[in-house]
Amino acid sequence: MRRVVVQSPPVLVAVAGLCALALAACSAASGSGAGTPSPSADPSLTAAPPASFAPATITLLAHDSFAVSKAVLAAFEARTGITVNVVTGGDAGQVVNKAVLTAGAPEGDVLFGVDNTLLSRAVDAGIFAPYKPAALAQVRPDLTALVSGSVGYAVVPVDYGDVCVNIDDRWFAAKGVTPPSTLEDLTKPAYKGLLVVENPATSSTGLAFLLASIARYGTSGWQGYWARLKANGVKVDDGWTQAYEGDFSDGGKNGRRPLVVSYASSPPAEIVYASDPKPTHPNSSVMLDGCFRQVEFVGVLAGTAHEQAARAFVDFMLSQPFQADEPLSMFVDPSVVGTPLPPVFTAWAATPTRSLSLPPAQITADRAAWVDAWTQVVQS
Amino acid sequence: MLRARPSSTSRAQTRRGDQQQVRGPVPAWVLALVPAAFLLVFFAWPVANILARGASTDGLVLLARPQTWRIVEFTIVQAVLSTVLTVLVAMPGAYVLNRYAIRGRRVLIALVTVPFVLPTVVVGLAFRALLPADWIGSLAVILLAHVFFNYAVVVRIVGGLWGQLDPRYMQAARSLGATPWQGFRTVTWPLLRPAVLAAAALVFLFTFTSFGVVLVLGGPTTTTLEVEIFLRTAELLDLPGAAVLAVLQMLMLAVVLLVAARLQAGTSVAQRLRVPSARSLTRPRTPGQRALLGTVLGSILVLLVLPLAALVARSVRVRDGWGLTYWRALGSIDAGTTRFAPPLDSIRVSLQYAVVTAALAVLVGGLAACAVAYAGRAGRVLDAAVMLPLGTSAVTVGFGLLIAFARAPLDLRGTWVMVPLAHTLVAVPLVLRAVLPVLRSIDPRLRQVAATLGARPVRAWASVDLPLLRRALVVGAGFAFAVSMGEFGATAFLARSDTPTLPVQVVRLLSRPGEIPYGAAMALATVLMVVTAGAVLGAEALQGRGQAGR
Amino acid sequence: MSGPVPGSERVVAALALREVCVGYGERAVLDRVWLDVAPGQVVTLLGPSGSGKSTLLQVIAGLLVPDRGQVLWDGHDLTAVPAHRRGFGLVFQDALLFPHLDVAGNVGYGLGVAGIGRAQASARVAELLDLVALGGYGGRSVTTLSGGEAQRVALARALAPAPRLLLLDEPFGALDRELRDRLAVDVRALLHQLGTPALHVTHDLAEAELVGDRVVHLADLARPV
Repeated sequence: MRRVVVQSPPVLVAVAGLCALALAACSAASGSGAGTPSPSADPSLTAAPPASFAPATITLLAHDSFAVSKAVLAAFEARTGITVNVVTGGDAGQVVNKAVLTAGAPEGDVLFGVDNTLLSRAVDAGIFAPYKPAALAQVRPDLTALVSGSVGYAVVPVDYGDVCVNIDDRWFAAKGVTPPSTLEDLTKPAYKGLLVVENPATSSTGLAFLLASIARYGTSGWQGYWARLKANGVKVDDGWTQAYEGDFSDGGKNGRRPLVVSYASSPPAEIVYASDPKPTHPNSSVMLDGCFRQVEFVGVLAGTAHEQAARAFVDFMLSQPFQADEPLSMFVDPSVVGTPLPPVFTAWAATPTRSLSLPPAQITADRAAWVDAWTQVVQS
Repeated sequence: MLRARPSSTSRAQTRRGDQQQVRGPVPAWVLALVPAAFLLVFFAWPVANILARGASTDGLVLLARPQTWRIVEFTIVQAVLSTVLTVLVAMPGAYVLNRYAIRGRRVLIALVTVPFVLPTVVVGLAFRALLPADWIGSLAVILLAHVFFNYAVVVRIVGGLWGQLDPRYMQAARSLGATPWQGFRTVTWPLLRPAVLAAAALVFLFTFTSFGVVLVLGGPTTTTLEVEIFLRTAELLDLPGAAVLAVLQMLMLAVVLLVAARLQAGTSVAQRLRVPSARSLTRPRTPGQRALLGTVLGSILVLLVLPLAALVARSVRVRDGWGLTYWRALGSIDAGTTRFAPPLDSIRVSLQYAVVTAALAVLVGGLAACAVAYAGRAGRVLDAAVMLPLGTSAVTVGFGLLIAFARAPLDLRGTWVMVPLAHTLVAVPLVLRAVLPVLRSIDPRLRQVAATLGARPVRAWASVDLPLLRRALVVGAGFAFAVSMGEFGATAFLARSDTPTLPVQVVRLLSRPGEIPYGAAMALATVLMVVTAGAVLGAEALQGRGQAGR
Repeated sequence: MSGPVPGSERVVAALALREVCVGYGERAVLDRVWLDVAPGQVVTLLGPSGSGKSTLLQVIAGLLVPDRGQVLWDGHDLTAVPAHRRGFGLVFQDALLFPHLDVAGNVGYGLGVAGIGRAQASARVAELLDLVALGGYGGRSVTTLSGGEAQRVALARALAPAPRLLLLDEPFGALDRELRDRLAVDVRALLHQLGTPALHVTHDLAEAELVGDRVVHLADLARPV
C-alpha cells in the first residue's frame, strides 16, 4: 500500500481561513463608525414631541420580563397614532449588549431594561440619544439623581425594585425558629445550610446580592463575609429559576431551603399567580435588611429614524396609566411619586426603608473583578 | 507507468492501490458550492465579525489563569464520559429498535427522539424533580442528562445503518462456528463502525458544547467552556476574552473532528445494501433475545420515559390533587398584557421555523454529503467545516449574525429568516452525519448498470443512489426538524417577532414566581413533547411508505 | 481466432477491439488485445480469475477508458461515446438488481430512461419476463428472488432496451451446476432468437462451450501479434 503524504490537516486550513476572514472583517469594521454617533442636528434635550403624529411604527426593545397591559398600550397607540412593536430578546444584560454591539445601526427605536448595573456600560457606548422629559420632575429624586450629571439624561428611570432574601415563614414557624433579619444573621449557625443564592456570574439576581454585600461590607470586607457564608453551607444555583423553583421550600415542590435571594415583589406575585382559591396572605416574606436597589431605565436609541415618536413613548412610560400598570404587569415599583399601587402590593409588598446601592460607574468598572474574586472564594 | 483512467463521462470507480474512490455524476466541487457558500456567508463571515471585535491581546490573559484550564479539563472529561456512556447504553437500543419486529417499533423510535428536542431548562427541572437533592451538582447527573438527550442520536444513526446490514453476513459467520459475540466483533462491528463513529462524534460535539444542561444541573465545580464563553459575551461583554476562548474551543473540536473523519472514511466498506423489508426484522424468540428486548425497554422506560412522565404529571398536579388548572391557564396567563402569546400561535411559529429549517438543512446537508463522499481526501475539509457550527458557541454565532447583517443591503435583522438560518447551521451537520455513511455504503456498480441501460450520469444517480438515500434523508430531515423545534439559545437571541417559539415561551414562564406560571410551563413543555413526537412519527411513516416490495 | 487475418480487415465485424491496453501501476492487465465479434455471434472468452476478463468488459461497455487502443462498432470508433449511449447491455455475476425497485421496475428501467411510454414499456417487460420464463413475476420484490431467478431478471433487464451487444460477466458463477447448464442453454437460445451478438466471459469450460458459438482463450488475445 502506498504511503500517503499527509498535508497540513485540512481542518486547520478551514480554521485558518476563518481567521483570515476575521482580519478582513476587522478592517471592514474599523472603517465603519462603531463608536459614538455624532450628536444629531436635532431637537434639544428637552424638546417635547408634538401631541400627535402622522402614523408611525416604532420598535421597543426590551428584556423578557417586560409587560404592559394591552389596554394601556392600545390607548397610547390610539391617542398618538404610533404603532408599537414590542420585541423582547433575552435578559437585561443580553439586550443591552446587543444594543452596544449594534450601536449606530440599532435594531429598534427605544430600549427598555437597562438597569443600574448596566447603565455605565450602555451610556459609555453611546447608544442613547439624550432626552429629558418634563415628567422627570415627578420621578423620585433618588432615582433622578442617577441619570443627571455624567449620564446626561441619556435614559430615564421607569421603575425600581429590590433584590432581597425571601423567607419561607411556614417553614420557620413549623420549626419554631426565628427567621434571620440581617445580612450578618445569615452567617450564624442557627441558619446553617438554609440559604440558596444565585451565581452572580450567570444571574442578575445573584449579582445584585453580591453588590449588596459589597455595599454593606466594603470593598475589603465582603470577601470575608462570603467566606463565612460558605462555611455556613450556602448553596449556589446558576439562575433564579433553579433557586426559587427548585430549591426554595416555598417555590417548587421539592425545595428544602427556606431562604432564597429573590425579589421584594415575590410574595405578592405568589398570591397573584396562585390558583384559585387565592390565598389571603403569602407564605413567604422579605428580609428587609441587605436589599439591593435595582432601577430600570428606558432610553431613545441613537440613530433611530423616529426620534419624535420614540420620545413620545418615553413620555408614555412616565405617564400614570403605564406607571400604575407596572406593579401587576412587571412586579416592580413605579418610579413616579404618588402612583397608586394595587391592594395586593400595598398589603404584601415590602419596601425596605434603606436599600443598599453602589454607583453605576463603579459597578461597570469593577464588576468583572468582583465576580472573579467571588468565584475564587465561593466556588473553589 | 501505465494507468487506467475512469471513463470521464460515466464516472465509474478508480482503483488506486487498495482504495476505491467513488465519483459522483457531477464533479465534487460543483456539489460543494452550495454548502460552502452557505457556510461562508452565514457562519464564517458572522463569526469572523465577532472575532474581529474581540481582536486584541487583552483576551490572552485568560489563558494564563488556572481556572480557565480547569474548565477546559472538565469540559473534555465530561464530554468523553458522556459519549462513551451514551454509546454503550444506546447501542442495544439501536439494535433492538431496528432489527427486532416488535409492535409499536416506530412509535418507540419516535419516543426516544423526543428528549432530543426538549429545552434544557425543562429537562433540568424534570431531573431535579426526580432525583435526590444531593445528586444535583454532581458529574453523574450531568452524564445522565446527556444520555437522556443523546440516546436518540445513537439509535437513529447507528440503528439506521444496522437495520440495513445484510443479516446473511452474520449467518455466514455463525455457520463458520462463531459465537454471537465473536460474530458481532468480527463481522458486524467493522461494518457498523463508521456509523458508530459518526454518532459518537456527534454526541461528543453536543456534550462538549453543552450549555443548558450544565447550567441547570451543574454545580460549583462543573462549568464548561461554552458557559464561560456565554458569560463573557452576553453578560460581561468581554469580547476579547470570549474570542480567545471561542477560538480555543473551535481548535479543540477541529482536532477531534479531523480524527473522527479520518477514522470514518478509512473504515467504510461498500457492501450490498438491502432495503429493510418486513423479512429482515426478526421476532425475538430465544430467551437471550427476550432478555435483551426487556433490558432495552426497561432502560428506555427508566431513562427516557420517567422524566418525561414527570413533566406531564407536574402539569396536572394542582395544589390539592389533580386537575387541569394549569392547562386552562395557558390560554389566559398574562392575557391582558403584551407578554401574552396564545399557545397555538407559538406552536404555529415553531412549526414554521422547523419546516423551513428541515428543508434548507436537507438541501445543504445532502449536497454536502455527496460532495464529501465523492471528493476523497479533499472532502474532509468540507466535512469538518460543516461540523464547525456545532462546535462554535451559539452565542458567538448569534451575536455574529446580528452584527454581520446589520447594514443594508444585507440588513436581515428584522426578517423572519434569521432564526431558521441559525437553526439550519446546527441542523446541517446532523443531516450530513445521517446521510454520509449510507451514501458511502452504496455499491457503485449499481450506477454502472444504470449507465449500460442508457441512463446518463445524473439520471443514473438520481434513479439509483437517491432512492437508496431517501431513508437517510428523511432521518436527517426529522432530526433537523426536531432540533429546530427545541432550539432555545440562538432563537431567544435572534427572534424578532411578537410570538415566541414554544421553548422560548416555556423558559419565560419559568422565570416567574408563582405556581401558575410553573404549572403552565410544564403544560407547554408537554405540548412541545407531543408536537415533536407527532412530527417525528410522521417522518417515520412518510419514509416507510413508498418502499418497493413491502 | 486471434489477430487480424491479412485481407480480412474489410470483414464487417459488429464489435472490434484493436490493440486495447489497460494497466494498473506496473501491471499490464490487458496488453494489446485484438478481438472480433461477428453480427449475431456469441463469443465466449475463457480465462482464469484475475486475467482481466471483467476489465475487458468494462472497457467495451465504456465504463473504463483504456490506456491505448480502440473499441469499434460497425467500423466506428466508440472512444468518445459515453457508456450510456453505447447501447451495450451488461450482466454481472451477482445480479445487482436495484433494491428499491420491484422486478418489473428493474426490467423496465432502461425503457423508462429511453422515455418509452408506460403501456408500451409494460408490454415489453411482460414479454421479456416470459422469455426468461418468469412470467407473472413483475410485482415481486427483488429481495425475495432466488439466485437463478435474480440472474434471469438481470438478463431480462439487460435485454429490455434491445441492446446491440450483450456483455455477460460470469453470469452463472453463483449458481449450481444443473441450474447453470440449463440457464446457459436457455441464454444461448434466447440470444440467437433475438439475433443479439454477445460477449460472454467465464472461467468454466463447460459453460463456455454451452453458451458460445466460438470460444477464445483470453491468453491468446493478450499475446501480441
